[in-house]
Amino acid sequence: MKKNRLTWLIVVLALVLVAAACSDDSGTTTTAGDSDTTTTAGDTPTTTTAGDAETTTTAASAEPFKIAIVAPSAQNDLAFTQSIVDAVNVIKDEMGNVEVQITDNTFIVEDAASAIRAYAVDGVDLVIAHGSQYGGSLQEIAPDFPDTAFAWGTAADTFGLSNVFAYEAASDEGGYVMGAMAAALSESNTIGIVGPVEVGDAKLYVDGFKAGAEAQNPDANVLVNYTGSFSDVALASEAAQAFAANGADVMTGTAQMVVGAVTVASDVNIIWFGTQANQTSLAPDIVVASQVYHWEVVLRDIIAKIEAGTPGGEQFKIDLANGGEVIEYNDAFALPADVKQLGEDTIAGIIDGSIKTGS
Amino acid sequence: MSDFFTTAILVATAASGVRLAVPLLFASLGETFGQRSGVLNLGVDGIMLLGAFGGYYAVLQTGSVWLGLLIGIVVGMLLGLVSALISVTLRAEQGISGIGIYLFGLGMSDLLFQKLVGTPLPITKFPKLNFPVLSDIPVIGELLFQHSVVVYLAFLAVPVSMYIINKTTFGMNIRAVGENPEAADSLGVSVNRIRYATVIIGGTLAGVAGAALAIDLGIFQQNLTNAQGFIAIALVYFGAWRPVGVMLGSLLYGFVNAIVLQLKTLAIIPPDLSDFAAMAPAIITILALVVVARRFKAPAALTKPYSRGE
Amino acid sequence: MTSAVTQRRRQSKYLAFLIPVGAVVAALLIGAIMLVTLGANPLEGFQALLKGAFGSKDALIATALKATPLLFVGVGITIAFRANVINIGGEGQMVAGGLLATLTALTLPDLSAWIMLPAVLIAGLVGGAMWGAVPGALKAYFGVNEILSTIMLNVVAVQLMNYLLRGPLIDPGELERGTRIPQTARLQEGADLPLLFGDGRFHIGPLVAVLAAIAAYILLWRTPLGYRLRAVGLNPDASKYAGIPVKRTIVLALTFSGAMAGLAGAVLVFGSESHRMVTDGSTAGFTGSAGFNGIVAALFGGLHPIWTIPASFLFGGLLVGGNAMQRAVQVPSALILALNGLVVVFVVATDRYRKRMLARDVRVDAPEPLASASNSPPTGGPEPPGEKDAS
Repeated sequence: MKKNRLTWLIVVLALVLVAAACSDDSGTTTTAGDSDTTTTAGDTPTTTTAGDAETTTTAASAEPFKIAIVAPSAQNDLAFTQSIVDAVNVIKDEMGNVEVQITDNTFIVEDAASAIRAYAVDGVDLVIAHGSQYGGSLQEIAPDFPDTAFAWGTAADTFGLSNVFAYEAASDEGGYVMGAMAAALSESNTIGIVGPVEVGDAKLYVDGFKAGAEAQNPDANVLVNYTGSFSDVALASEAAQAFAANGADVMTGTAQMVVGAVTVASDVNIIWFGTQANQTSLAPDIVVASQVYHWEVVLRDIIAKIEAGTPGGEQFKIDLANGGEVIEYNDAFALPADVKQLGEDTIAGIIDGSIKTGS
Repeated sequence: MSDFFTTAILVATAASGVRLAVPLLFASLGETFGQRSGVLNLGVDGIMLLGAFGGYYAVLQTGSVWLGLLIGIVVGMLLGLVSALISVTLRAEQGISGIGIYLFGLGMSDLLFQKLVGTPLPITKFPKLNFPVLSDIPVIGELLFQHSVVVYLAFLAVPVSMYIINKTTFGMNIRAVGENPEAADSLGVSVNRIRYATVIIGGTLAGVAGAALAIDLGIFQQNLTNAQGFIAIALVYFGAWRPVGVMLGSLLYGFVNAIVLQLKTLAIIPPDLSDFAAMAPAIITILALVVVARRFKAPAALTKPYSRGE
Repeated sequence: MTSAVTQRRRQSKYLAFLIPVGAVVAALLIGAIMLVTLGANPLEGFQALLKGAFGSKDALIATALKATPLLFVGVGITIAFRANVINIGGEGQMVAGGLLATLTALTLPDLSAWIMLPAVLIAGLVGGAMWGAVPGALKAYFGVNEILSTIMLNVVAVQLMNYLLRGPLIDPGELERGTRIPQTARLQEGADLPLLFGDGRFHIGPLVAVLAAIAAYILLWRTPLGYRLRAVGLNPDASKYAGIPVKRTIVLALTFSGAMAGLAGAVLVFGSESHRMVTDGSTAGFTGSAGFNGIVAALFGGLHPIWTIPASFLFGGLLVGGNAMQRAVQVPSALILALNGLVVVFVVATDRYRKRMLARDVRVDAPEPLASASNSPPTGGPEPPGEKDAS
C-alpha cells in the first residue's frame, strides 16, 4: 500500500504543478508581452494562426514584409549563418516595416524542410533557405506554395521554378585577393589553410586563396588541411599547430570551427586572414583582413523583384564587382602600403576581368 | 612521407597528441571511478560541455583561468550530483538517462552561450610552464617540459587515481561495491554513499575536462567537445578500468588523431580518404573492446542499480 | 479472479501511464521557467507547441511523420529490452538501413513501385539488421558490452555515410556543378512512399510503422521465438538449463532491433521531402536523433510495442511542437534540444515508479515488466523480493 500512496502523491504533485504553471503563465503574460518588442523582430506578440496568414498575402502595404531564415548553424557563429542574419538585419533597418523570423541550428535536414514549409504556410513573404543541403527539399516544397518566394543559397540553381531565387558568393575572388597579399606578407613562404570539408563555399574559398598565393609567389608552399568537420574546434586548433610546426607564418580558414585556429595563430603570432564575417574581434593583433559577405546586395534585388511581382526564377551572385563581397581591413594591423596596394590592384584586376581566379 | 619523419614534425605531432589526449584523460579517469563502483554515466559529454561553458564564461568575465577551472569543477560536481541522484537513488536505466543528460548539456551550453556571450570572444589561456633548464633541452624539452599547466595536472591525476582506487579504504569500498554490492552492504559499506561519491568525482573530472578544453583552446562554441565524452567512456573499457590503461588509451587516441592531421597537412593522406581515417579510432576501439573483454572482467555490478531488498 | 482485482489492476495500469506523462509535464515546467528567463511568454510558447503538434491537419500530419521513425526504433527497443539487451545503436542502424536502401534504389533499374517499394524497404531492414547483429554477436560471443559497441558503431556508420555520400553515391549533378553537396540524386519515383488522403506529404510510413508494432507484438507473445526472447531476458541461466540457445537469442534480439531502426532509415529516405539521402556530415543531420528519442518513446509506452504507438505519436508531437514554439516565440533552437534532454532524463528517472505500478500486474499474469530484469541485482529475479511485503 505504501507504494500506491507514493504514486498517488506523484500524480497529485504533477497535477498541482500543472495548475500552478497555468496560473503562473497568465500572471506573467503582461510582462512577457512587453519584453516581446525587444526580443522578437516584429512587434506583434502573436505571430500565429494560418488563417491570419491567408489574409496577409492580400493585405495592403501596411502589413510588414515578412522574412524568415532557416540556417544550419548558430546565428552568431561569426561565419556562414551570421552573414545572412546580419544582411537581413541591414534590410530591416533600410526598409523599416520588416518582420524577421529565424530558425537557426537546423542541421537536421528534414527539420529544416519542416521549418521552410511551416514558414510558407504562415504566409511569410520571403523564406530564405540558407544551406546548400536544403536544396533537395526546397525543390519539392516550393511548387506547393506558388505565392511564396523562396531564396536558396549558396547555390546556382533555381530548378527552373518560378518562385525560387538562388544566391551564391564568388568566395574565390576574395580568397584570391587575400591569398596574393598572404604570399606577399609571408617570409617563410609557407601558408596554411584550414578547411572543413571539401565542398561548396569552403572549397571555392580555399581554391581561390591558394591560386592567389601561388600567382603572387610561385614558390609559395601552400598547405591545405580539411579537418573533416565543420564543428570540431579542437581539431582546427591542432591543424593550426601543425601548420606552425611546418613553418607557416600566414594562415586562413573557413567555416565556424576556425575560431580554434585563430586563437592558436594569435598565440604564436601568425597572421590571419578571415572570411565569411569580420574576424578582427577574435584576434585584433594578427587579423590582417577579412572577406565579408554582404548578402543585402542580392537581398535588395530579390525583394525588389518580389514587390514587382516576380517571386523567383533568377540567380544572384555576390562578388567584388557588385560590392557584395568586401575586403575589410583591420586598422590595428600595420599592413605595409605596398601590400595593401597589391590587394587593391588585385581587386581592380578581378573586377575588370584582367585577373582570373583560376576556377 | 619523408617530410613527416623530421625531428621537428615528429616532436610537434607528439606534443599535439598529448594536448588532444588531456580532456579525454580527465574525463575517462573520472568515468573510471564511477564504473569501478558499478555506475555507467553516459552523460559525460553533456557535463563536459556545461563545464566548458562555465569555465569559459568565468575566464571571459574575470580573466582568471584558475577561477575558470574552479567553475568547471563546481559545474561538474553539481551535474555529478544530479547524475548520482538519477542513477543511484532513482535507479534509472543508466544507458538512457545519460543520453538525456548529454542532450540537455548540448542544448543548454549552447543556449547559455548564445544568451550570455553571443559572438565568440577569445579568452586568456592557461600559462605554459617554463622549467629553467629542462624546457631548453632540444627534443625532450618541447616534448615534456613546455606544456600548459593542465597537461601536468591531467597526468598527475593518473597516479593519484591509482593510489585512491588501489591503496585506500575508499578505493577498496569502490571496488567492493562495483563487484558485489550485496556483500559490501552486508559488511556495512553504504553502497549508495560510495556510488554518490564516485559519480560526483566522475562529474567533477568531466567538468574539469570541459573547462580545460575551453580554456586551452581559448574559445567556446556550440558542441565544443564534439562527442569526446563518448570517446572517454569507451576509453575506460579500452583501459580495462585501470587508470594506467585509460591513460594509454587517451594517448593512443590523441596520437592517432594528431598523426592523421599531420599527414593530411603534408598532403600524404588525400582529403578523400579522411572519412576513412576518421573511422579508424572507432574501429580500433571496437577491436580493443573484444581483446579487453576476453582478458579483463568488467565490474560485475556495472550498470546494475542496487536496491537493498526494498 | 475477482472483478475487484481486475479493476484494481486496470486502475494501476492507467496510473502507470500517468507517470511518464507527469514526467514530461515536469520537464516542460522547467522549460516554462527557461522561456520566462529568455523573455518569452511561456503561455504563448506552449500554445504554439500544442497547436504546432496537434492543432491542425497539417500539424497532425507533421506529428505522425515525425513519430514514424520514433515508432520503428521504439518497437525495436521493446524487442531488445525484452531480451534484456540495451540498444543505444539506433542512430547507426538507421544510417546503415538508409544507406543500403539508397544503394538498392540507385542500383535497380526503373521498376514499378510494386517491386521497388518492397525491395528498398527490405534493403533498409537488412542494413539495420546487419548493423545490429554485429554488436549482438560481440556481446554474445565475446562479452563486449553492447552499449559501448553500439556507440562506436554509430561513429563508424556516420563516417561510412559521409564517405559514400561525398564519394561513390554523390549526385552526379553535384560533381558537374562542382558544388559537391553530400547527397544522392533524387531517387527514382518508383521508390517514393505512396501518399495517402491526397495530401502532399502524408505517406504510408506511419502505417508501416504501426504494422511493425503489431508484428512485434505477435512475435513477442505469440511465437516460440518471442517466448525464448523473453525467457532469456528474464533469466538467462534458467533459460540455458531449459535448453534455449541464449547466445543466439541475444544476437537475434539485437538483429531484430536493428532491423526496425533500419526500416526507419529507409522510410526517412523515401518519405523525405527531398526523396534522397542527404547529410550535413553528422548522424543527427539524417536521423534527427530518432535513434535516441525512439528509446524514450518506448519507455513512454511501457516497453510494450502496442503502447509504443500512442507514445511515439505524443513524443513526435512534442518534437514537432517544440520546433513550432521556437518559430512562434523566436527562442534559440538550442532550448528545444535542452528540453528534449530534460524530457528524456525525467521519463527515465521516474520509470522505476511506473514499473512498480505494473509490477503488481505481473504477479497475476502479464509479462509486463520483464525489462526490469536489467535493473535487478545479478542474482535476483525480475523484481526485488521485498516487493511482496509491501502489498
